[in-house]
Amino acid sequence: MIQFKVNGQAKTFDGDPEMPLLWYLRDVAELTGTKFGCGMALCGACTVHQNGAAIRSCTTAMSDVGGTEITTVEGIAPMHPVQKAWMEIRVPQCGYCQTGQIMQAISFLKDNKNPTDQDIDTAMSGNICRCGTYQRIRAAIHQAAGHRAPTHPAPKHQPVKHKAAKETA
Amino acid sequence: MKTIENVSLHVSRRGFLHGVLASGVFVLSARFIPEPLWAAEAEAAAPPFQPSLWMSIASDGTVTIVAHRSEMGCGSRTALPLVVADEMDADWSKVKIDQATGDPKYGDQDTDGSHSVRSSFDLMRQVGATGRVMLISAAAAQWNVSPKECTAESHFVVHRASGRKLGYGEVAAAAAKLPIPKKEDVPLKKRSEWRYIGKESNSLFDLPEMVTGKTIFGMDATMPGMVYASVEHPPVLGQKIKSYDDKATLKVPGVQKTLTIDTFKPPHQFQPLGGVAVIADNTFAAFKGRKSLKVEWDSSPHSEYNSAPFRKTLEATSRKPGKVVRNIGDVDAAFAKGDKIIEAEYYTPHLAHVSMEPPVAVAEYRDGKVLAWAPTQNPQAVQETIASVLGIKKEDVTCHVTLLGGGFGRKSKPDQVAEAAVLSKQLGKPVKVVWSREDDIHCDFFHSVAAMYMKAAIGADGKPTAWLQRTVYPPIGSTFDASATYALDEMSLGWNNLPFDIPNHRAENGPADFHVRIGWLRSVANIYHAFAIHSFADELAHNANKDSVQYLLDLIGPARIVPLEYKEEDADEKQRYPLDTARLRRVVEIAAEKSGWGKRPLGKGRGMGIAAHRSFLTYVATVVEVEVDSKGQVHIPNVWTALDAGTVVSPDNIRNQFEGAAVFGTSLALFGEITATNGAIDQSNFNNYQLTRMNRAPRHVDVQIVKSEAPPAGVGEPGVPPFAPALYNAVFAATGKRVRELPLSKAKLV
Repeated sequence: MIQFKVNGQAKTFDGDPEMPLLWYLRDVAELTGTKFGCGMALCGACTVHQNGAAIRSCTTAMSDVGGTEITTVEGIAPMHPVQKAWMEIRVPQCGYCQTGQIMQAISFLKDNKNPTDQDIDTAMSGNICRCGTYQRIRAAIHQAAGHRAPTHPAPKHQPVKHKAAKETA
Repeated sequence: MKTIENVSLHVSRRGFLHGVLASGVFVLSARFIPEPLWAAEAEAAAPPFQPSLWMSIASDGTVTIVAHRSEMGCGSRTALPLVVADEMDADWSKVKIDQATGDPKYGDQDTDGSHSVRSSFDLMRQVGATGRVMLISAAAAQWNVSPKECTAESHFVVHRASGRKLGYGEVAAAAAKLPIPKKEDVPLKKRSEWRYIGKESNSLFDLPEMVTGKTIFGMDATMPGMVYASVEHPPVLGQKIKSYDDKATLKVPGVQKTLTIDTFKPPHQFQPLGGVAVIADNTFAAFKGRKSLKVEWDSSPHSEYNSAPFRKTLEATSRKPGKVVRNIGDVDAAFAKGDKIIEAEYYTPHLAHVSMEPPVAVAEYRDGKVLAWAPTQNPQAVQETIASVLGIKKEDVTCHVTLLGGGFGRKSKPDQVAEAAVLSKQLGKPVKVVWSREDDIHCDFFHSVAAMYMKAAIGADGKPTAWLQRTVYPPIGSTFDASATYALDEMSLGWNNLPFDIPNHRAENGPADFHVRIGWLRSVANIYHAFAIHSFADELAHNANKDSVQYLLDLIGPARIVPLEYKEEDADEKQRYPLDTARLRRVVEIAAEKSGWGKRPLGKGRGMGIAAHRSFLTYVATVVEVEVDSKGQVHIPNVWTALDAGTVVSPDNIRNQFEGAAVFGTSLALFGEITATNGAIDQSNFNNYQLTRMNRAPRHVDVQIVKSEAPPAGVGEPGVPPFAPALYNAVFAATGKRVRELPLSKAKLV
């Protein structure tokens, strides 16, 4: 019996210990904000936090989860400055990889509060976005770090009042 | 277990309708009921003359607008409802979007070809404006005043003289009882009155859910009681199962059983490939069970497909006369005149789509009917494919559309949804089919491999007097007709419409056989056509010792409408979207100016290149700046793109599309190559089919949108075609090396 925490809640697991955390989260715990992209830790769509550090849940077996605290995007509340920056810069296109990108960025900014472009490239290059939103991801990370967004070409705007703002703000 | 009911709350509610527009496309209703349960599905699909509905208003003022196109990252699901909301003066924060199921009553629902806004803009305006007129009429009647004294203002009808106001929710029930006004009695807003169309403040409807993990993609859809399936497909197209051994598979914890899926009967179309499905309690168990599955396959006519010799075949064909698809003057006579002749050959490999969300679907077969949830670009193709494979009526297939984790054309082809339906019929319970990344890459509908041959005669002024271009590739038509060898629709994708001012010009297409499934990939044949045309144009510029931008402008020639042959069904394109070289010249000039072309020193190892290409009716010019380091690695510090897409709905989203197109273009220009050995695909995951990551992406992409009142054109795809030739032309400027094939990773630059 593997014991661990997900988003602060105590959990147990007695299934196949080889099962990657990703599929436990998605199929068993029904936390689908964590995405499947490659199964080989090549794309970062499955990024979650284990004891606060970003890991790839697709290659983390349940046998390595015991005694640790897992945080998924659903456990990030209230809305994190990184998520707010993602909305203000309007990063997503299809949105599928973005929860993984956000989890990677939150973890990275905890360790590096004043990142350079180079730092961001190094930290984020394990996360693929097929839509190609990297320029905005970089700008959003700078913004979340309190920098002026230097590379984003669009003027800054107030986003329109949004139907779901109440739920998520 | 998350059930279909609460999934549906996210992505599908349907307004109950009464009150019908004469055009049959509009309904106002004060009632609103959720409906995706099985029984309700059947009921809703039944009445054959039930009119389509696009918009409804609840008594609390909530406006529900139907999105009949899919959201795969291009913004269609936001843009079209925004147009409705604008014309009806709705407050966007009170708008909900109802994602349409597949149904011909919505017209064409295929979210491809960059035409969602183009095809539906006028209709959506009409829908919204009709709503506004009826709401005003209803309020005016209540106040006993003339509608002319009233205006619509952000979800209220206002009587100007008295200052009285009624909310849309308050008058919806009365409005629903009114006769539908005729189109000529429904004035559209002036451009200056638009509150959402063209505004910088527009953002994706689903943005908050996207950043909090609450969106429901196909990967996230579930049905009560469902099982998971992973399918071992034939490694070579068309192979059938000879025998298989599932003993070890069945011992894997969580594996329930294995089932077979028949291999398609040619043509393959969107039918399942066939194979052995592992049915399990969860995705991991299904994947794991497959690892110990042993399958023997029989032979296939495609087992001899090897990319290197196939390339030679394509190239040999490209050197022979082909089918003429456009002819101006007489290139042969011009070539015989003794002018300087320049020839060049270009090659581009297969590409795979690899949207971040691999193909996935959940479906249930029950009592001769199918209910499916899928990340599909084309829910009507889901209906048709499942109906055809299972031998049921397409009306008996209900396809709900989730959000798509990328699509790029792959998700127009619903073979994985059909797999889920086939397996559900065998099992008698809902089945979720999940493709691994390896399945996705091995079994794509690939972007075609292509060879192009180019020949020009050069006059005394350095400009071509004759230009012959010949292109050869397995056509997309082979997916629908196994004997197809010549391209059809691909010709209009940048081949039979060269916008250059050259007196003698001939475009040809040569035949090629298919050996893998061929399909559309973001901007499709424009990728290889633009690569050949704009690489060659740049070669001619350098040969003439002319500046590349000036030479390109000279090739485009004076402002004019280029005479083209249009098919009957393209009458609208001919009338509203003529090929206008003034617009093409303008984007070239803007991109060149923004880039500081020719005006700033670049330094050693740096160079700039340009290409300009019109696709999906949008004019795009791209300048790429490269830096080639001492190891020959290419870095892209800057990209400048200028586009003229006519009227635009969400400019910031368009910038995002074109920023992304530069990254997509970088992937195919630097890394992308799918190859086959004995019919099986060699690549399998992101380790050997590389995509652009942040550290190799263009560092800065500047996107300029030309202000235009022309009809709206495409924005999802047109950023892609000019990118690779602009990049390669920049590499030539930086290194003096002319590389004539994709991807660049195969070339040695130092």
